[in-house]
Amino acid sequence: MTTTTVSPPRRAARGRENHTVASRPNWFAGLVSLLWMLVVIIPIYWIVITSLKTQSNYYATNPLAPPGEPTLANYQLVIESDFIQYFINSLIVTVGAVVPAVAVSFMAAYAIVRSAGRSRFLRSVNSLFLMGLAIPLQATIIPVYLIIIKLRLYDSLTGMILPSIAFAIPLTVLVLSNFLRDVPKELFESMRIDGATEQSMLWRLALPLTRPAVVTVVIYNALQIWNGFLLPLILTQDPSRRTLPLALWTFQGQYSVNVPAVLASVVLTTLPILLLYVVGRRQILSGLTAGFSK
Amino acid sequence: MSTTLAPSATRRAPAATTRGGRSVGLAWLAVPALLFFIAFAVIPLIGVLLLSFSTWDGIGEISFSGLTSWRTVLADPGLPHALWVTFLVIALSWVVQTPASILLGVFLAGRQRYRAVLSVLYFIPLLLSSAAIAITYKALLDPNFGLGAGLNIPILVQDWLGDPVLAFGVVIFVVSWQFIPFHSLIYQGGVRQIPRSMFEAAQMDGAGRIRQFFSITLPQLKYTIITSSTLMIAGSLTFFDLIFVLTAGGPADATRVLAVDMWKRGWQASLMGPASAIALILVLVGLAVALLLRRVGGGSANAGASQQEGA
Repeated sequence: MTTTTVSPPRRAARGRENHTVASRPNWFAGLVSLLWMLVVIIPIYWIVITSLKTQSNYYATNPLAPPGEPTLANYQLVIESDFIQYFINSLIVTVGAVVPAVAVSFMAAYAIVRSAGRSRFLRSVNSLFLMGLAIPLQATIIPVYLIIIKLRLYDSLTGMILPSIAFAIPLTVLVLSNFLRDVPKELFESMRIDGATEQSMLWRLALPLTRPAVVTVVIYNALQIWNGFLLPLILTQDPSRRTLPLALWTFQGQYSVNVPAVLASVVLTTLPILLLYVVGRRQILSGLTAGFSK
Repeated sequence: MSTTLAPSATRRAPAATTRGGRSVGLAWLAVPALLFFIAFAVIPLIGVLLLSFSTWDGIGEISFSGLTSWRTVLADPGLPHALWVTFLVIALSWVVQTPASILLGVFLAGRQRYRAVLSVLYFIPLLLSSAAIAITYKALLDPNFGLGAGLNIPILVQDWLGDPVLAFGVVIFVVSWQFIPFHSLIYQGGVRQIPRSMFEAAQMDGAGRIRQFFSITLPQLKYTIITSSTLMIAGSLTFFDLIFVLTAGGPADATRVLAVDMWKRGWQASLMGPASAIALILVLVGLAVALLLRRVGGGSANAGASQQEGA
């Protein structure tokens, strides 16, 4: 993207080398994408500028006009109302669920791919996880609620972590095994000849080679769990155990008249995941597209 | 992935000699994932079946009561309504999202200079939680202080969430707003995997862009369309948080999909038996849709799996 000085004809020529499809501008798709960009951008722009307005300013001014005197008072109000506590809860639940979910899924995906269908047990495990993709796991929420109560984990962060791990497994195994299948078998064979055990092939060969896929599923699952609403809604009651999306919802109830403050809390709950996305953007874009388009 | 079949046939003989130790060693690696999945997905799946034949208020004792819950649910006109609303959400959100995602995906797979910027912007709705999105749209569509009123655009000043038809339209729009970016990414990846030589050959034969799209791009995207549709439909069945926060199933049950219906019966009305029956219906709908798509796709989104089963 540093080719700003290159004249249009040459750029088109370079494009033809590796992508004939778009060597001519595609006006129709371009127009659709610009329109869609407006649909995406306007609400986001509105969230950000409104969160910087005072309440009276919000009612008085043009909704799309930038704030005359931007204020951070809304953010201060949100942070002072236990935001830090909810943030820490969300962080514990997300990290506590994503790390084990990806680890156990990686081990399972490795076993499934390496057995190449020779083990009946692993074939059934794979089918079971694939079935899990089709079943809306939220439909199992009532027994999950009962199990969490019986385990005396109601109103605890662990109670939210355990089902989150299970819900993340099917898709994570699918994406990771899609990637692992592309690792050339010869690499494993030559390591085996060198006397490597299955364990060391798992951690020293398969894991580094599937790093982009691992980053993808880490970010994808982190996104799902960070934004999760149903489990915290059903498995907690104590306000001190709320995670951010649930806190956002209750906050909205309390401050329904103070729209700028509510929107400031929307921004604050999204910022951490935005940072994660910025860090892992390239990996997640390539990982997602490759992982799903197979 | 097409390589998995051939080698396994030739490798069967040497593998058999080391089989014992090797597959046991491998099988253990799948056990932790399996245990989590059994504890919080398989057992609950059986549990939801059992609970649908019982009476439970969510706190007290559970007692078996035969078909009572099923009778209640099946006699309730709310069930066909919730099924219909769920079906409409699935069908309409597919109809809106799929063509738009394919178009955007094709466009993003090209080499436009501003493509990278667009990819970043398109992704933002996916980062927001459904709760955040619902809260934002509630404020944005407010008839008194929302965008329409503020900009003085009469057509935008409506009681969007108070009118059954409008509220349903809003749900479809917001769902699309949230998920079109994700599906266009999937299509972007799919388009990139189409061999360029196919387009070059078509161009030499004088096929225009539209002809190329319908004769090459679309047929080549068949499996991508099935993958994306599977994820879209399985996702639509579980639109709980967005609808719960946006409309809570209202107005007048206009957006009361099965998932919201389950919550209302279970946690609002403390009738876990009927709620479990609804949950079981959700599971069955999900499985039926998956099987249907598998048939349509002749092998389906999980081609790798079916290949493995054949190996």
